[in-house]
Amino acid sequence: MLTYLLRRLILVLPVAFGVSVICFLLVQIAPGDPLTAIMPVDATAEEQSAMRAAYGLDKPLPVQYAIWIGNLVQGDMGKSIATGRPVAAEVFGAVQNSLLLAVSAAVIAFPIGIFLGFLAGYFRDIWIDRAVTAVSIAGVSVPNYWLGIVLVIIFSVNLGWLPSMGAGPGGSSEWQWNWLHMRHLILPAVTLAVVPIGIVARTVRALAGDILTQDFVQALYAKGMSRADVLRHVARNAAATALSVMGLQLGYLLGGSILIETVFNWPGSGFLLSNAIFQRDLPLLQGTILVLALFFVAMNLIVDVAQAAIDPRIQRT
Amino acid sequence: MTDLLDIRNLSIRFKGKRTVHAINDVSLSMKQGETLALLGESGSGKSVTLKALLGLLPPKRTEIKGAVHVNGTDVLSLSGKALQRYRGGEVSMVFQEPALALDPVYTVGHQIAEAVMRHKGLSKADAMSIALDMLDRVRIPSANRRLHNYPHELSGGMRQRVMIALALACRPRLLLADEPTTALDATVQVQILLLLRELQKEFGMGVIFVTHDIGVAVEISERVAVMYAGQIVEEGTTREIIRDGRHPYTQGLLAANLHDVARGERLTAIPGAPPALETRPEACSFAPRCPYAVAACRADLPPVICPSERRRVACLRAEAPMAAE
Repeated sequence: MLTYLLRRLILVLPVAFGVSVICFLLVQIAPGDPLTAIMPVDATAEEQSAMRAAYGLDKPLPVQYAIWIGNLVQGDMGKSIATGRPVAAEVFGAVQNSLLLAVSAAVIAFPIGIFLGFLAGYFRDIWIDRAVTAVSIAGVSVPNYWLGIVLVIIFSVNLGWLPSMGAGPGGSSEWQWNWLHMRHLILPAVTLAVVPIGIVARTVRALAGDILTQDFVQALYAKGMSRADVLRHVARNAAATALSVMGLQLGYLLGGSILIETVFNWPGSGFLLSNAIFQRDLPLLQGTILVLALFFVAMNLIVDVAQAAIDPRIQRT
Repeated sequence: MTDLLDIRNLSIRFKGKRTVHAINDVSLSMKQGETLALLGESGSGKSVTLKALLGLLPPKRTEIKGAVHVNGTDVLSLSGKALQRYRGGEVSMVFQEPALALDPVYTVGHQIAEAVMRHKGLSKADAMSIALDMLDRVRIPSANRRLHNYPHELSGGMRQRVMIALALACRPRLLLADEPTTALDATVQVQILLLLRELQKEFGMGVIFVTHDIGVAVEISERVAVMYAGQIVEEGTTREIIRDGRHPYTQGLLAANLHDVARGERLTAIPGAPPALETRPEACSFAPRCPYAVAACRADLPPVICPSERRRVACLRAEAPMAAE
């Protein structure tokens, strides 16, 4: 197991390198010049090239990349062009907020999805199964930004129970574990949870339904196991695959919540990303994408290792 | 002493999109410690009979009539905890495909110990030592290491040995073996057969051995019941069936044997296919394929003739030992 872990960790290095190259280049392909956003309209050509040199944008791309990556490994992600603040501070603050939102959504979504999926898989082809399938298809199909707006209309505007914007009272982005702050988390987390509920439920339903038709289930009953025992066996058999789906979902929740963060003005990475895109803030954009992508890589690593720990059929050497 | 097994007029019908009369009026009895081979081709109802004995048929889609008693216990009325105690404790089963019948994500030791813990109420450690002992008894080399192996780490023959160890761990009075050698290599088949025969003597339990291979039936069992289209068409000791098989279907099976066939000679086969069983048989099910069938065979169910004690044949023409025609 330890050698497996080491091997997987070493394999992460080339992936991380590839990710950093793509992050760097993608941003270069994007149209628009970051300087036009911050330079006065009547700036002279000299002033523009001086600014360009100050940000290192006049050097050839490979050199720019080398400087960027060199600073990166020292923890310096550069300065935001738009605000002038260090990218690292901006990104980590935002990613923390996004992580909070993503994990909250996952904590809501995964147990519900697993429960519904199991229920549907066990009671296959009767009304319970159809109801769960309908719920999960609806969850996957409903545009969640629309759902977010509807929830805001119902719970914030009409009922006035929950706040509609921000991560804390008065638009503060400093998270604290108290009711005043947690009220702000409820609506975006619930909205974000809807898609993964559907996906996890469908996955678990297919897994459980498939495993229940396998011979060993009948063999378990034949040796006198109770229904609870059998379900435990089914759960263990389904765990590896379900886990990988949930790991990927958590990655999507973190990186793919741009729309939800925009709807709820949540000061997370998606929000930061959309601002960076509109302002052509290259260092900020690169930094944010890189951190999110590396998080995805880390998620995959964790899922792989957990799968190998659960399912003995996966090669561990 | 009560009979080990007593099946009376068992009929099983599967409902659903297509109705299938899988078992039709089957009666069968076994004494303690007897070995019986249930012989028949695919779809003759052998496996369904075994599943009914363990209460494994889906209750919603099956209609069961008749009575099944194992050691005096009314099996068809069991449910809940009593059914769990009975399954694996009183009667247990060895499945056809050991690769599919073992849970892939638990070690074989755990899977044996799990059954022992449930039936004997032992601690995990004690159950594991029983599992180890069972692996030794089914002649698995270096059992101590195998105990912690997963099913995919074992060969087909080893897996079937584990399956047998699992089935016998709680010392059942009756072992059901559902074609336990069909999925195995020919050389391994013989080993498993010999093992089962030895263990049967050692443990003294009754065994029902389902097979479509008459050679296997001869090898392992004292008695043979031949099934066709959900009915038992002939029953007797293995010797009686081999020497004096009276039902034309039994004779066909014996003739279809590959032994003593010269190279180049055409193999004897029973013409036609078994009936679909969508309706309850009203006449002899074998008549359409029977070379000796007469009008009476197609008009009514055949009489059951008992030439001697515990010997019966469901055929109109079975009155006298049949001479070669």
